[in-house]
Amino acid sequence: MTISITSTPRTTTAVERPKGRRSRRRPGAWLAALPLLAFVALAFGLPALAMLNGALSVDGAYGLATMSQSVHGAYRTALLGSVKLSATTAAIAAVLGLLLAQAVVTSRGTALREAVLTASGVLANFGGVPLAFAFVATLGNAGVLTTELGLTDHGWSLYSFWGLALTYLYFLVPLMVLTVAPALDGLRPQWREAAQNSGASAWQYWRHVGIPVLLPTLLGGFVLLFGSAFAAYATAASMVGSSVPLVTLQIADALSGNVLVGQENVALALSLDMVIIALLVMAVHLPLQRRSARWLA
Amino acid sequence: MARLTHPPRPWRGAVLLVAGAYFAVPLLASLVFTVDVPGQGFTLGSYTQIFAADGFTAALLRSLGLALATVALALFLTVPAALAVRLSGSGRLRAALEVVCTLPLVVPPVALVAGLGTVLKWGPDHLATTPLYETFVAIQNPSFPLVLVFAYVVMALPFVYRSLDAGLRAVEVRTLVEAARDLGASWPRALFAVVLPNLRTALLNASFLALALVLGEFTVASLLGFQPFAVWIVQASGANAQLSVAVSLLSLLLTWGLLLVVTGLARTRGATGRPARTTRPLASSAHTRTTRTTRTTRRKEAVR
Repeated sequence: MTISITSTPRTTTAVERPKGRRSRRRPGAWLAALPLLAFVALAFGLPALAMLNGALSVDGAYGLATMSQSVHGAYRTALLGSVKLSATTAAIAAVLGLLLAQAVVTSRGTALREAVLTASGVLANFGGVPLAFAFVATLGNAGVLTTELGLTDHGWSLYSFWGLALTYLYFLVPLMVLTVAPALDGLRPQWREAAQNSGASAWQYWRHVGIPVLLPTLLGGFVLLFGSAFAAYATAASMVGSSVPLVTLQIADALSGNVLVGQENVALALSLDMVIIALLVMAVHLPLQRRSARWLA
Repeated sequence: MARLTHPPRPWRGAVLLVAGAYFAVPLLASLVFTVDVPGQGFTLGSYTQIFAADGFTAALLRSLGLALATVALALFLTVPAALAVRLSGSGRLRAALEVVCTLPLVVPPVALVAGLGTVLKWGPDHLATTPLYETFVAIQNPSFPLVLVFAYVVMALPFVYRSLDAGLRAVEVRTLVEAARDLGASWPRALFAVVLPNLRTALLNASFLALALVLGEFTVASLLGFQPFAVWIVQASGANAQLSVAVSLLSLLLTWGLLLVVTGLARTRGATGRPARTTRPLASSAHTRTTRTTRTTRRKEAVR
């Protein structure tokens, strides 16, 4: 990467207006970015290489045995569990977030709108340990709602797939609201008026105008939520322990030596699995983002 | 706008009601949980105990220190880079930085810590006889683990960079710098007296994101065996459930307060930006502003 970097200034100078001061600054631009690039290479590149190296090595030689081990047995269950939980919660949160954002965006008062968006900004960051404890206090075995409503008799357990899903929605829905609200703002009133003047019903407007324009944003939002839920560890770890199989919990187990000695490489292989899934998801996200930017610009 | 054409919408009230209940109930229930202790009745004991709890102050101070160090390092690295992109107009640099600052999003914290842990093990395993070993030991000092700052800066990078980039798009940096330079300002003066004050909102947003990230961070710290605030809460929860819920509630209030302070600062002193936008701190909030300004930039490119 560094090789291509050093050759770039010359190619771009030709395009710019030949202004003395500016062209002399050109190498300076890369110099100003150098600390950042060097830092990322050290603090991010090195661990990433270590991960690749560990995931692909088997007893000192390179091979795919560790990788294949990481997609079988209990690890496979954990990977599928993570994907299932993330996809479910992301889908639910995408729909609920859209509804909530639409309710807020179309409201008349700006106070409600500002309040909801500010609250979303806080709640989207309210993940991890505090969130887990808030839900344990509410719906855990000794939680306030659990004891008040006798939920345990109805078979409720917070330490299950749906319990975890309900908890994840607490930060995923606000995240979706933040993502989709600008896009809803971008829906021009003229489009709806044009549709109405042409005799379209509200349903037809959404079916043929609203949803198609929003679709890239919605899918992009889904991808973002999926990534957040997929990477989440703290909430699950401090809440359910290991009663729900998740890949992040498996990696942490392997790292803290709760399994057989010599399993560190499996942790690295599982990490690589996660990165690959995240990359696939990202690959969907970026082109979608560009498409939605075209309509909503 | 078009108010006459909108029929009344009962679904909106229902949605807001359900959402309000869902988001309020866990907070209220947590509050009840902490003040209504079984066997004791109403008590504020959980809150008064906090400050006396073993290790609370040390953990909180450690987290605050880590957060400030993260913000400082993140801004120190990203501000020059983001400014350089705008000032030079180099497309290659922009693309390179965008890739570099998006990559950490693809690697979940758990995966980052797996790789980081492996690298840290090289210290005792391979480098024990070299001077580098001292460095490895130094950055893992338990009272102020620098290695956590490095990890947090990596994790915060995408949000910080995007927030800055969005802020820079809203300001005509090049014009500002050229005007300042033509009026005889030196380079440092043009940057510190003209450009950075105009970026106050973006800088505050970026700082808030990094602060919130570090103060609540659990994964990396606990897996590397350090004990900042979030890890302390979990360890305290074993001894006293009420106490840990009380601390969790307080940490939400802390985040909320932080956000209000950041918003307030941006609103009162940053007269340049569009203050209403600053209430949304997430990177995605920059979207509207970005789209609006890209149009102007595009127009300018067309002129060129």
